[in-house]
Amino acid sequence: MTWKQLFTSSIGKKILMGLTGFFLMIYLIVHASINSMIFYNDNGATFNNVAHFMLHNYFVRFLEIGLFAVFVLHIIQGLILWTQNRAARKTGYLKQNYPREIKWYSRYMGWLGTFVLLFLVMHLYHFWASTKHELYFNGPVIDLYHEMKNIFTNPLWFILYLVGLVSLLFHLLHGFQSAFQTFGINHRRWTPIVKGIGIFYSIAICILFAMMPVAFMAGWLQ
Amino acid sequence: MEHYSMNLTLKVWRQKSHENKGRFETYDVKDISSEMSFLEMFDVLNERLIHEGKDPIAFDHDCREGICGSCSMYVDGRAHGPWQNNTVCQLHMRAYKEGDTIVVEPWRSTVFPVIKDLVVDRKAFDRIIQAGGFISVNTGNAVDANSLPVDRAKSEEAFNAAACIGCGACVAACPNGSAMLFVSAKVSQLALLPQGDPERNSRVLNMVGQMDKEGFGNCGNIYNCEAECPKGISVENIARMNREYLGASLSSEI
Repeated sequence: MTWKQLFTSSIGKKILMGLTGFFLMIYLIVHASINSMIFYNDNGATFNNVAHFMLHNYFVRFLEIGLFAVFVLHIIQGLILWTQNRAARKTGYLKQNYPREIKWYSRYMGWLGTFVLLFLVMHLYHFWASTKHELYFNGPVIDLYHEMKNIFTNPLWFILYLVGLVSLLFHLLHGFQSAFQTFGINHRRWTPIVKGIGIFYSIAICILFAMMPVAFMAGWLQ
Repeated sequence: MEHYSMNLTLKVWRQKSHENKGRFETYDVKDISSEMSFLEMFDVLNERLIHEGKDPIAFDHDCREGICGSCSMYVDGRAHGPWQNNTVCQLHMRAYKEGDTIVVEPWRSTVFPVIKDLVVDRKAFDRIIQAGGFISVNTGNAVDANSLPVDRAKSEEAFNAAACIGCGACVAACPNGSAMLFVSAKVSQLALLPQGDPERNSRVLNMVGQMDKEGFGNCGNIYNCEAECPKGISVENIARMNREYLGASLSSEI
């Protein structure tokens, strides 16, 4: 059993999907915590300070490469799984009913992931590209807080961010508890706790992120 | 329960052979008793088709007692029809009422090609069992039944996994066409018992290897397999197989 055999097997691919997914979920906590600095409501002073530190710290830049690698791995694995699953049933059913206990979002992880990816492209364009232009190409210094304010008060971007977060919510709702099953953790006493934590995590993260555009749009922040 | 008769419309998948393209055909069946089984209703229809000189509808069946795993019909969008923990041979017509239209399709999986009409080729399951779904025992005198202590709870769990009849409903019902519930039941029934312990690592590696080679889809933890399984096999077995597989592949020396 080589490493290649392990990670190209169906179970290995799922384990890799779960591990990368978990890494990304931890990253979301860091991301949400840092962005929450806007809620100090000090005209972005604290937030811009942290953003400046993150942008000009080479260790963070180094970690960013790892983050991108994990994202790419998660996306490529997802595409491979999706293609293989489609190939496993070339002729579909004329009629397909699912019992009530089957969660619709567990069947649409590929589509939800695609929406999250599209959202991510927009998000990187908004906030990543401009800061990297500043850092590497001596571009204008970005006031990230006011950049955020500009984007989140635009009705089109506002709606697209919320739609993106709803896709992320359902992607996480399935992903969190599903990863545990993939790692082989399914226990009569522990699994309900895992599922509870997963629901709490998914809703809390998405509400925290959603509060950012909402707070700017509603004028709660300076 | 009150006995009644009904007239139904059936939309059935007809396909001459694997090479031919299939299509749905509509049949009106009359005076079906509520006490018939779903397969008996097909028997009545086939009698009529033979009488009319037409080709009867081919479907798999053997015991008609819900224990052999032969029958394999996707009825109105559900594997083995609308009843829980039930095979289609044990589905009775009292599940339907006058004027209902029922869509009947074969298991849809690239790995289970249609042989004819509703009959599919499930030999891929046999090949997975051949890859490791056994224990190697030297022949000789029968050993005393109680010479190996077995934990009561584990023997019950092994027995629950062994209830799998290999019908393929899990593959048919899985949106990804994955065979994980079947393979995990077969891995679990042996891994849980001391007799299966010596070969547990090679067994799970070989069986999962064969499953992947056959071209089944990947498990997405959607759990429609568990919901549709006529024997109520739990997805806890899938978690067990994931554990067994990860442990075996990490500790394997080659």
